[in-house]
Amino acid sequence: MNMNMGAAAVQTSTMPRPTGAPAASQTPAMPRQAGAAFTEAKTEAADAELVFDINKLNLHYGSFHGLKDVSIRIERNKIMALIGPSGCGKSTFLRTLNRMNDLIPYVSIDGLVCFDGKDIYGRNYDVTDLRKKVGMVFQKPNPFPKTVFDNITYGPKIHGKKNRKQLDEIVERTLKEVALWDEVKDRLHKPALGLSGGQQQRLCIARCLAVEPEVILMDEPTSALDPVATLKIEELMDGLREKYTIIIVTHNMQQAGRISNETAFFLHGEIVEIGDTETIFSTPTNKKTEEYITGRFG
Amino acid sequence: MRQNRFVEKSIEKLLFVAAAIATISVALITIFVFRSGLPAMSGYGFANFLFGADWSPGNGEYGILALTAGTLAVTFLALLIGIPTGVCCAVFLAEILPKRAAAVFKFAIELLAGIPSVVYGFFGLIVIVPIISEHVLPLWQRVNPDAQTTGLSILAGGFILAVMILPTIVSISENAISSVPQDYREASLAVGANKRETIVRVLIPAAKSGILASIILGMGRAIGETMAVMVLTGNVAMLPKGILDPVATLTGTIAMEMSYAGPTHQEALFGVGIVLFVIILILNLAAQAIARKMGAVGRE
Repeated sequence: MNMNMGAAAVQTSTMPRPTGAPAASQTPAMPRQAGAAFTEAKTEAADAELVFDINKLNLHYGSFHGLKDVSIRIERNKIMALIGPSGCGKSTFLRTLNRMNDLIPYVSIDGLVCFDGKDIYGRNYDVTDLRKKVGMVFQKPNPFPKTVFDNITYGPKIHGKKNRKQLDEIVERTLKEVALWDEVKDRLHKPALGLSGGQQQRLCIARCLAVEPEVILMDEPTSALDPVATLKIEELMDGLREKYTIIIVTHNMQQAGRISNETAFFLHGEIVEIGDTETIFSTPTNKKTEEYITGRFG
Repeated sequence: MRQNRFVEKSIEKLLFVAAAIATISVALITIFVFRSGLPAMSGYGFANFLFGADWSPGNGEYGILALTAGTLAVTFLALLIGIPTGVCCAVFLAEILPKRAAAVFKFAIELLAGIPSVVYGFFGLIVIVPIISEHVLPLWQRVNPDAQTTGLSILAGGFILAVMILPTIVSISENAISSVPQDYREASLAVGANKRETIVRVLIPAAKSGILASIILGMGRAIGETMAVMVLTGNVAMLPKGILDPVATLTGTIAMEMSYAGPTHQEALFGVGIVLFVIILILNLAAQAIARKMGAVGRE
């Protein structure tokens, strides 16, 4: 019944029903308000391993309160989609997870962000190690002005892998993982900037995989790509879910519906609603969420 | 309406004349230098002129090899000191120092460009030359006991020249590094690179066309510099054997000798001018070619 209502809502906003998300159908639909009701979720996901445990995260940019009491728990091998209108803090939140906000002056953070059980803002936490384990794919494809080969081996070389054979293997493995191998295997030593936008973005994902991360953060990875390239990346993400945990920021509601297991809806720096994707899209509990996903604002 | 168009046309004409003056000046100077210098070069024999080691106008000998060697030695030393210093300084200003402090540093470095070259020469003569004869020479004599110097040397000229080309290298390199897209920094840091690795492996390679351009412009400045070098190198037209030896440069020789030169001597000095002209032309063309090629690779 709920499903049908969801489908109806979806039709008015020209949005296909979420297709994938097998995990979502296994767990009972259980939307939960942000920051509250975690006890329920805990028992439910007792056996699932937590990758990120974020508790009452607040971020200030100068005097601007960018993130307000954000609490999320992210499980291993799931895809979590972050949605919300521009400026709602979802990208900012994503960048707190690999401490990319460190680059921006005047940012102050409090609250707890635990990755694999350790506070990443703790005093002696090794940021480069964090970023090795928590990779990032950016909105605009940003390969280095180097060859395809050098782009992928950049990370492994930095982390001490010098053996040519080992590097060759990494390049082949990661390019196959992102389904780019057949397209570029004859031009590994040509400039990466000569590839198409979609190929560049897959190369960036391969570059990220080359350092064997546990988590991949994606900041609107397909917003600069055409529909065909977007589809390829989405198919790719579905496969990546087996080995990695993915947290993706997207403006594309259909995308969130198609690929993610869980969805969090951000508004004005707060999480309005978080739950498994199917439920959020079919029976959102919050009026704002419903308005946003049906396209009435945002 | 009509009057407006008249004004428009007049301004266009005026701009055309201004542009023409610049171009015609270059053409006239080129023609004049070549017409004045070529007869002496061909009269003495091009090969003898370019590769003869004996420059003694009093005896009618006009071989400029020693002068070319002097210019190249001083320039090379200036680059050897100036490039690493300048590029490191640029990296520091662009990537490490907070923006506000960097602005102060940049202002100071750009001031260096405004100091007249004779002041550099004078400073070198009062400060650097005595340091070389009193402190550097004794050190060098431990290696080579026969070494002698007054302090007027390749080292003195090269050192001051290095300082003189710093503003060029620093400001252009700093611009090149600062304008590397933020995307590259983030991409590098996101795979777990630290700041040093990001600078060395991503930012400098990405900015290399600009850095190279700055180096070649600096080199052009070093080769063309006259006054400071003339004051500091001792002006002895002999092939140098070490960096404490005095040398004469192409530019310094022209400046020193033009006032009392007889007709043939004067023509030979114009010949020296032609050689300088050609060296700098080649450097500029090379600079443009490199910048174009590297720029293309970076953007493609």
